[in-house]
Amino acid sequence: MTALAAGRRRSVADFDIKEVVVHGALAALVISFIAAIGMLEELDNRILITPVLSLGYLTIAWAPFLFGYRASHEKTIEGVEPPTKGLRDIVVGGVVGLVAGLIVSSFGWLAQTMDLTGVFIHTGERMQSALLFGKSPAVGFLLMVLFSVTLGVFGGALHVIRPRIRSLVAVSVGTTLVFALFEADVKQLFKGLRIEGLGKIVYAPAGGLTVVTAVAVTAIVVLIKIYGKGRGPTATYQRIKKHHKNLTPEIRKRNNWFWTAAGIGAYLVIPQILGRSLSETAVNIGLFIILGIGLNIVVGQAGMLDLGYVAFFAVGAYGIAMLTSPFRPAQWIPQLDFWVALPIVIIVAAFVGILVGTPVIRMRGDYLAIVTLGFGEITQKLFLSDWWKPVVGGAQGITNVPSVTIGPIEFAGANSKMVFYLVAVLVGGTFLVSQRLEHSRVGRSWAALREDEQIAEATGINTVTSKLLAFLIGAVIAALAGALFAAKVGSVFPSSFKLLVSLIILVVIIVGGLGSLRGVAIGSVVLIGLLGGPTLPGLLREFGRFKLLIYGIILIYMMLKRPEGLLPNVTRARELHHDELKQDDWLNKVSDVDGESGVTA
Amino acid sequence: MTINGDGTTIEAWTNLAIAGVAQGSMYGMLALGYSMVYGVLGFINFAHGEVFMGGAMVSFFAAQNLFERGVWESNFALSLTIVLVVAVLTSTLIAVIVERVAYRPLRNAPRIIPLITSIGISFFIQYTFAGLFGEGIKNYPPPPSYLRDKVDLFGVLPIEGTKILVIVVTTVSMLGLYYYVQKTKAGRSMRAVAEDREIAALMGINVDRTIVSTFAVGGAMAGVAGILWALLFRSISFITGFLPGIKAFTAAVLGGIGNLAGAMVGGLVLGLLESVGTILILGGWGIPGAGNLKDVIAFSALVLVLIFRPRGLFGERLTHEDRP
Repeated sequence: MTALAAGRRRSVADFDIKEVVVHGALAALVISFIAAIGMLEELDNRILITPVLSLGYLTIAWAPFLFGYRASHEKTIEGVEPPTKGLRDIVVGGVVGLVAGLIVSSFGWLAQTMDLTGVFIHTGERMQSALLFGKSPAVGFLLMVLFSVTLGVFGGALHVIRPRIRSLVAVSVGTTLVFALFEADVKQLFKGLRIEGLGKIVYAPAGGLTVVTAVAVTAIVVLIKIYGKGRGPTATYQRIKKHHKNLTPEIRKRNNWFWTAAGIGAYLVIPQILGRSLSETAVNIGLFIILGIGLNIVVGQAGMLDLGYVAFFAVGAYGIAMLTSPFRPAQWIPQLDFWVALPIVIIVAAFVGILVGTPVIRMRGDYLAIVTLGFGEITQKLFLSDWWKPVVGGAQGITNVPSVTIGPIEFAGANSKMVFYLVAVLVGGTFLVSQRLEHSRVGRSWAALREDEQIAEATGINTVTSKLLAFLIGAVIAALAGALFAAKVGSVFPSSFKLLVSLIILVVIIVGGLGSLRGVAIGSVVLIGLLGGPTLPGLLREFGRFKLLIYGIILIYMMLKRPEGLLPNVTRARELHHDELKQDDWLNKVSDVDGESGVTA
Repeated sequence: MTINGDGTTIEAWTNLAIAGVAQGSMYGMLALGYSMVYGVLGFINFAHGEVFMGGAMVSFFAAQNLFERGVWESNFALSLTIVLVVAVLTSTLIAVIVERVAYRPLRNAPRIIPLITSIGISFFIQYTFAGLFGEGIKNYPPPPSYLRDKVDLFGVLPIEGTKILVIVVTTVSMLGLYYYVQKTKAGRSMRAVAEDREIAALMGINVDRTIVSTFAVGGAMAGVAGILWALLFRSISFITGFLPGIKAFTAAVLGGIGNLAGAMVGGLVLGLLESVGTILILGGWGIPGAGNLKDVIAFSALVLVLIFRPRGLFGERLTHEDRP
């Protein structure tokens, strides 16, 4: 693409045909892939808006849209005015959609004429009819092309419409889709808020929004966006913050009391509103936040990639089960109360942390990763083995682990509303501990180790104790989560402590942002809450079978595009983008812009 | 077959040893891929196990097709060649695509980043295969009966034909690899890039192409390993690649990462440790269910080697900047 002089309109045909075809082919590849792995047909059963949209079509619709947008996207070059947006962008989007639609419908037609099911098991009748909209081949072919072209045009048109309108459309359509996607959960929330009737109005009896309600929801959001300008949550927060600065100490104190009371009130009320199944999801999210915070200390703060973190989780869970269950295999161990057993378990976990940490801390980064992975696997296999069966129960595990009690209150595992209270406290606790640690002397020594071990050692940091401490604290936090897990589920089995768990915790903290506590929370909500954990379903249950595929895609994408995560820790991001920042710095110097360059010398 | 240490016959020991060598050959073939990539780029390509699984999985369909047409029984040599070619091509293709899409943009990133990426790729390949071909276990057609019976090799060694085949295929591939790395121009550039990427580039070596060919050769070896797996275990599913992959990496570390001969020997050592060592060590201590603890033995070996001989048994070969 040649950059053109400012404001010149370009002819409609001014585009690189090769680039457009490549984008179209990529979109087609994505759609065909989604269809061939059986995602389209499986998700087609879930209606979002009757009778026009199912989740299946939503999962393919984004492809021509996005690639249409991308193909007509211009790189802005410093000092050169980008050409005017116009009809050309829409045409490019449309052509991308056309190419994609032609390829996809050819794929559907090919699957229909040749039986591929002997190899690709999901390319049968259902996939074909989904790809051709359940119509005869000729009509379906045209419909698919039309569908794809329309979306491509919309993608290209994104450049043309004004940013304000663009954000308006995005937010309103997005909200409507959220309402449709989380139908069961929204209904449950309405129930919790005692406005059950609203659910009956918004959703069709057979499930899904109706066309009318979908339009209504979109319109309401648009109105809120237009008339709520400057009165939205962010603006309000900013106002409060500004206001807060000029307050006298007494008023500030009173305000703090008010906020604390509001926090406690919310804490007490939330699970009641959420109801059982959503509380269960919240509890799972909480468990993974705790695990994430613990692993974040080892990986994010001390910079050691531990892939066997699940071992410490297992130690905590098995420890509690072995000490508190009446069905414990080793009857010679006295049966204790949870609160008596917990300190013992924590001490054991700390010991295991040191045991695993001692041999590995001297190793190169990637060797450390693989050895900790080895330790994790060894632990799981030993819990499974006949050798340890007399103590830990082998493949049958240990059942009837009693739930946690505080005085007369029982936090029964089956009642996730109660468990929520327990988990929330522990999440808050680990959060605070981790935050304090990060800014403490130890935390700073970890940061130094992560940056440059040799220099850290030269400045007098004891690398061995610092690293061991990170392992120890990480192990203790994981063991706490494990103890809670065992008491909540009421049983422990070796199969709950596979390598996959370690990897998923790692994905959570990487997606959130290594070294960032808010990142861990976000990562856990997005991944564990929506997609689900290793064995736990998330809110998007339909994606259950494709969960790990999506995990993989997210991980690859993040590493290529945003290695610092969604909510990055500032220092970490700077390490990862060091070169780019240097370039920016140089550019700023060259163009003589007064401003902060973002790089501190 | 239950064995306990004291009552194990000579014949049982030989069986175990041969099984160990066969399994070890497979680990060795896989370990080569890890070692080569580590030697050139300096990171652990976790997805290598999935490259191996991909080759084995796609060649399963070829084998099934040949079996249905009756070629498998009537002309086994031809069938095996076809299946081998399919596996090698598939694995090579997967390895090259992965390098192109995921590793090339990360060439200068901190070492941990491609490692984490490869975990993501591992998930992606596994569940793509699960989605495309189904999650069930697929069983290869059995080799003809003359290969399943035991042959008395040299009149003293009773050994199954399939295992002979495994060892022969491994030896031939190893010799081929040795020739490629030591005698060809491409092999020479590979060694140069492994020594020092920058200087190699200055000497006019096309570094990108060399790295692609490293992945391709490693992938081809993984494809061969896939066929060995098919001959030895005859069943494959989408998660088959993961554990052998990690164990093959263990083998590569055992032999010294970046050291190709070491990778092969490391594989054999690991195979023998798993088969003979499990019975010998754990059985000797009177630990019940020792046969199920072979993974524990393998990973313990990894941990111990890295603690006491972090550079492996035969010394590692790293790029000049990675050397301590």
